[in-house]
Amino acid sequence: MSQDMSTVTGVDDSAVAHAASLKSIYVYEAPVRAWHWINALCIVVLSASGYLIGSPPWTIAGEASENFVFGYIRFAHFAAGYVLAVGLLVRVYWAFVGNHHARELFSVPLLTGAYWRELFSMLKWYMFLRPYPNRYVGHNPLARLSMVFLFLVTVVFMIATGFAMYGEGAQAGHWSHSMFTSWLLPLFGNSQNLHTWHHVGMWLIILFVIVHVYAAIREDIMGRQSMISTMISGFRMFKE
Amino acid sequence: MVETFYEVLRRQGITRRSFLKFCSLTATSLGLGSAYAPRIAHALETKPRTPVIWLHGLECTCCSESFIRSAHPLTKDVVLSMLSLDYDDTLMAAAGHQAEAIIEEVKKKYKGNYIVAVEGNPPLNEDGMFCIHGGRPFVEVLKETVADAKAVIAWGACASWGCVQAAKPNPTRATPVHQVITDKPIVKVPGCPPIAEVMTGVVTYMLTFDRLPELDRQGRPKMFYGQRIHDKCYRRPHFDAGQFVEQWDDESARRGYCLYKMGCKGPTTYNACSTTRWNEGVSFPIQSGHGCIGCSEDGFWDKGSFYDRLTNIKEFGIEANADKVGGTAAAVAGAAVAAHAAVSALMRAKSGVQQKSEVK
Repeated sequence: MSQDMSTVTGVDDSAVAHAASLKSIYVYEAPVRAWHWINALCIVVLSASGYLIGSPPWTIAGEASENFVFGYIRFAHFAAGYVLAVGLLVRVYWAFVGNHHARELFSVPLLTGAYWRELFSMLKWYMFLRPYPNRYVGHNPLARLSMVFLFLVTVVFMIATGFAMYGEGAQAGHWSHSMFTSWLLPLFGNSQNLHTWHHVGMWLIILFVIVHVYAAIREDIMGRQSMISTMISGFRMFKE
Repeated sequence: MVETFYEVLRRQGITRRSFLKFCSLTATSLGLGSAYAPRIAHALETKPRTPVIWLHGLECTCCSESFIRSAHPLTKDVVLSMLSLDYDDTLMAAAGHQAEAIIEEVKKKYKGNYIVAVEGNPPLNEDGMFCIHGGRPFVEVLKETVADAKAVIAWGACASWGCVQAAKPNPTRATPVHQVITDKPIVKVPGCPPIAEVMTGVVTYMLTFDRLPELDRQGRPKMFYGQRIHDKCYRRPHFDAGQFVEQWDDESARRGYCLYKMGCKGPTTYNACSTTRWNEGVSFPIQSGHGCIGCSEDGFWDKGSFYDRLTNIKEFGIEANADKVGGTAAAVAGAAVAAHAAVSALMRAKSGVQQKSEVK
């Protein structure tokens, strides 16, 4: 009876009893997961609003005092920028107090031979020279490389140049002016260069997002462990 | 002998009675006791005016042209009453050896106590032969004259950053003043040209307070270069509202909307145009319907078109702006990812077929 009804209720205890049991490890703690998704949302808001600030597509008709469209877009950009920056600070704090996977974002063991062997094995897997990849509990060596050198470095660069430009508007006396504008503006020569490189940084992050999302989906399907659900539940499941 | 302020005032027909009234009024308005009135009078009677030597290097004289149009204070007051402009080959009556002798005289008489204002910059290529001053390379005259000076004023974008003669490939190796003179305080007053009132304002400040105005890290007076054109632009409400000019002759242009999309460099330019304006406060570029070209910024000739807000990236043998480079890179990455996904799917399907045949 229960077997027949399983197609209706979805309850099928005998199927569960015969199912393969998977091993799982708790990898990403709640603050890491929360940070990941807040950060992802910030990047979407920042890229969209940032692109609109650089190339506004329209002109609003009517009284200037009745409209504040560009002001709101800039506000969204600044607010998301603050959240991104504070989020990264909290994430740095969590690297100290969290588990060892929370530290993978901030270092690459480039001086260890074993790391390089795993890196090349992962490269071979992406070049279709290996039938299956190794199993990785945290980030795989290739992911770790791009996390630190593509994501982290670019985001720090974007936060610094972003607040340097924010400080231009906030002007001398504001903390962002003292902390960033005062030395970054002379370093870049002038404000226009700062703007140009901030644009370049956005495209680097977009490149990272393309590769990151593709790799996560592909590994989830073809790799030997779960990826996407791990960033939601925190558990990494191994398929065999 | 350089005149004192008192002598200048008397020469201009002000009576001693009026002079003393001015001194007591000044003391009162500054909240000082009545004992200070004679002290102010004494200072004005005895303090010699600061001598200024104005040198011209590789330049177009637009700084001088701007300077002589100052309205507040009037240039004649600055030149004839406030400072002692002992040498300026464009404005002075003397010429030839007679003129050159004045530099030597000021150097000896006011050692460590005169100001050198430099318009233009020294070219260093070919031992400085691209700019000759009195038969000698300008760079030599500059170094010699500045040797005993109290401070240096770098007039305009040329002296401050290099300007058009230093634009790539800079054949004469025109070099801004601060890279040649490294042992004297330098006040940069950039702009092509700088605003007349900013020039006379800087001079007035230095003479009145006998010290340099407060400078930012790039050596510009904070009081004039502390804010961007954008921060004080009267069209800023249109920027915040999202009202932009799309073409030079469209309805938005007629309505005086924001020139941001026409490449206005107001948001990246530090200057006082939107505050003091030009020609006795009549107008400034944005008010006249054209965007700011960023003439007071470092290297503004090498930042691409006057109508682009993003600098073209010329590295890696390409020339396009950051958005075009980035957009292309993102498209290539997207295509690569799609191709990789397709190959991955094919391989997987193939291995699936193999596994099935092995099972059979």
